[in-house]
Amino acid sequence: MISRGERVANYVILSVFAAFALYPIVAILAAALGPADSGGTAGLGNFAAAWEIGRFGTYLRTSLAVSVFVVVVSVTLSIMSGYAFGTMRFRGRSVLFYLFMLGIMMPSEAVAVPLFFDLRALGLTDTFWAITLPQVALSVAFGTFWMRAYFLTANRAIVEAARIDGASSWRVLWQVLLPPARPAVVTLTVLVFMWTWNEFLIPLVMVTSESLRTAPLGLAFFQGQYTSGFTLLAAGSVIVATPVVLFYLFLQRHFVRGLLQGAVRE
Amino acid sequence: MRPKSSRAAGPPGEPRRVAYLYLLPAFVIYAAFLLYPIGRAVQISLYDWDGLTLGTWAGLDNYVAVVTDEGLRAAFGHALVLIVFFSLVPVAIGLALAAVLHHAKVRGLGFFRTVVFLPQVIAMVVVAVAWRRVYAPDGSLNGLLSALGLDGLTRGWLGDYTFALPAVGVVGTWFETGLVTVLLLAGMSRIPQELYEAARLDGAGAVREFLAVTLPSVRAEIAVALTLTVIAALRTFDLVYVTTRGGPGDSTSVPSYEVYHRAFGLGQVGSAAAVGVTLTVVIFAISFGINRYADRRVT
Repeated sequence: MISRGERVANYVILSVFAAFALYPIVAILAAALGPADSGGTAGLGNFAAAWEIGRFGTYLRTSLAVSVFVVVVSVTLSIMSGYAFGTMRFRGRSVLFYLFMLGIMMPSEAVAVPLFFDLRALGLTDTFWAITLPQVALSVAFGTFWMRAYFLTANRAIVEAARIDGASSWRVLWQVLLPPARPAVVTLTVLVFMWTWNEFLIPLVMVTSESLRTAPLGLAFFQGQYTSGFTLLAAGSVIVATPVVLFYLFLQRHFVRGLLQGAVRE
Repeated sequence: MRPKSSRAAGPPGEPRRVAYLYLLPAFVIYAAFLLYPIGRAVQISLYDWDGLTLGTWAGLDNYVAVVTDEGLRAAFGHALVLIVFFSLVPVAIGLALAAVLHHAKVRGLGFFRTVVFLPQVIAMVVVAVAWRRVYAPDGSLNGLLSALGLDGLTRGWLGDYTFALPAVGVVGTWFETGLVTVLLLAGMSRIPQELYEAARLDGAGAVREFLAVTLPSVRAEIAVALTLTVIAALRTFDLVYVTTRGGPGDSTSVPSYEVYHRAFGLGQVGSAAAVGVTLTVVIFAISFGINRYADRRVT
């Protein structure tokens, strides 16, 4: 059916686009492993040097704490609110749901400014809470939408059966509905983790002390200050990108599914 | 973005007051850190405020400035240019690429998908650092041009008044093309094979087949792709912050950067809030419009 020439052309097209997508990534990896700007280190030594000089150890620790907090809290709250929207009937249900939907498209740029000044008045800027809670709010909007969609399709018969057996709504959620929901929860978890790890604007606005800088923020500052070459900057970039890329390689299906199925939040 | 739900048999579940308890924690955080601030943004946008002293009432002046102020008009104009690079070009490339791959049955499609999707998961700050290097005066783009004997074209791309904005745009094309291609491939894989056979029986060539069968069948996917990428273009911030800071001059300033710059650089918090609210309204209008259009064309 397909001619030889056509097949070759297809592979050429594939390779060209794969190369275009990979080039900047490979280039930065190569630079990170190359000879150091000042001589001395090379290869993996560059990462150690960037870790020390760029203080990426501290930044990664902050990012990890922030991400774990945002993921755990927003996924838990999303499961609960998605459960209510997906399986229960109550007054104001659709109004409340549309209210949550607004948050999916709400650009954090618009809320970061008033949030900064209000939190400053409360003395809360430059705290862990100022970085995490706004991101929980953003993630909970999408998470509610995501988990509601799952619970709408969940098997009602088991729920009814469990209820007749006298299970409380709390037990129905965690012991009956949630175990089969694992794929949906994993997808939500990886998305929220990625968004939180990569978030730049909120930490940029909220944080002044270095100990609270997240990894992308630390990298941006390092780029501004460290001008004597590219190797350590490249090594720092690789350090910042690696955690999410690793997750992606292992849980690719979840990333693709989540980002394609209407994940409007960036 | 997926309003279609499968509740033909009326609302699910029985009436339950306990629902409010399940909603409460999520709603409290959502309201306090998203709904309330957007309301405050609207309020602040009606004042002249430097963020420190008492603000003065400005009415709609800050919104009038969005249209009349040259810097802000330029920023929204730049966002339109970025939409071409972030959205229209990736959708065009993605359609062509997916149409070819859909039929080709090539080996290694899974690997290809992994690779072209990879940019999506890398922090924009890292992407920006990598591309700054590509565009640097001694970077690989100039190296490539020199190797091709095109030394006359080499320049510091991000410092060039004419080329800085397209250079930022190309990063967007790089970033979004994979997402769009994978999305369209998924859509095309759901097209029933009979449609193609029917088209072929009618004597349709590859182009006719694409226009008559493939394109109409992936209309919903195109709408999703446009929504995602247009919003990404309008919200570009990290990329501009790290690559150009809006420069040279204000040749790459974009609305999100103006929000940040005005609020925390210039002390024009009221104006910043007005730009942020305008951006929000534009984003809502565009995604609503695209989806309305797609829905109408499907039925």
